Amino acid sequence: MKIKSLDPRITRAKIDENTQEGVLNPMDHFQTYEVFEQKKRGTHHCHVGSVHAPSAEMAIIFAKEQYTRRGQCVNLWVVKTSDVMVTEYLDSDIFETTETKSYRDPNSYKVMDRIKAFKERQTEL
Amino acid sequence: MEFTEKHVLGLKDLLYRMSDDLLILGHRNSEWTGLGPILEEDIAFSSMAQDKIGQSLALYQILQELGENEPDVVAFMRNAEAFHSCKMVELPIGEYDFSLVRHFYFDHQSAIRMDMLKDTVVEPLQMVARKFRGEIKYHTMHADTWMKILGAGSAKGKERMQKAILENAGLALGMFELSDYEVELSESGIFAGEQALKSTWIETVSQKLESFGFNVPDWDTVTPVYGGRKGEHTADLQPLLDEMTEVFRIDPAAEW
Repeated sequence: MKIKSLDPRITRAKIDENTQEGVLNPMDHFQTYEVFEQKKRGTHHCHVGSVHAPSAEMAIIFAKEQYTRRGQCVNLWVVKTSDVMVTEYLDSDIFETTETKSYRDPNSYKVMDRIKAFKERQTEL
Repeated sequence: MEFTEKHVLGLKDLLYRMSDDLLILGHRNSEWTGLGPILEEDIAFSSMAQDKIGQSLALYQILQELGENEPDVVAFMRNAEAFHSCKMVELPIGEYDFSLVRHFYFDHQSAIRMDMLKDTVVEPLQMVARKFRGEIKYHTMHADTWMKILGAGSAKGKERMQKAILENAGLALGMFELSDYEVELSESGIFAGEQALKSTWIETVSQKLESFGFNVPDWDTVTPVYGGRKGEHTADLQPLLDEMTEVFRIDPAAEW
């Protein structure tokens, strides 16, 4: 028996009810590539998502349709997901800063004094 | 140069073959929506099918300026005999090897034809040819990338593609069936003609197929499948039109 569906596309495909063809095993999928999009020349590329693809070239083709169809884009990068080195969430404490490091915050820079002084002069006027 | 009646008929025939090809193949390719081999390809192929229908609309609009009916009527109210599309585009989607080879053959034809028309004396057509350049370039990149991957992939995949390449060569040559107005089209600077298009196309696809590792059809011995441009179609076109216009025909006067 062929699969009959209310969706004409499914019926048209004449798929046998007991078909084993085209059934994917968990590891049969293509690898994934991470996609980075550049909206304007000179700006940096931003990560926008990932695609399955058989090669980097094909990943670019797919990424164009998945991520740039709406909105501006001038350039794409794709990188194999497996080539991305990632930190462990367990180690996320390495990103914590202590209060005593406030000298690293931009508001500790000398230029802030000059900006403040400039603003004060502006209000005086 | 003043256009005579024959020039206008030639121009209309050119526009109908282009727009009908795009509408019919756009509809056929959209039948893969939801059934594509992987999600990403499903989206890409469907999106390109939509692009094709958009391109056909732009060409039907030029036809309307030339006195033909409005695009909806032209697209949805004609019977198969009135379509100038080649036979290759109306065939059912078959398996993915056929659909990909048809996409490869057709889109290179489309890219070269549009490139030839970028300097045509018909201004609105010139604008359409320039407007869709990027879109069509992407379509050929998509086709080429698949052909390249499958040419270098598994023996089974390559064999299926090779078979489809050779078996559909005659259908592909059917795209270049001569118009009754070849002389008028070329002397007026409207279009350099199907023969010139065919030569460039054969050169382009042969070089690409060879670089992807496929055997190139022996074009000189291939019998072209003609008829479509003159309204002779296979039994597959009318059912496609019936399905495509099913909703439209419920109430042709409805506002969408």
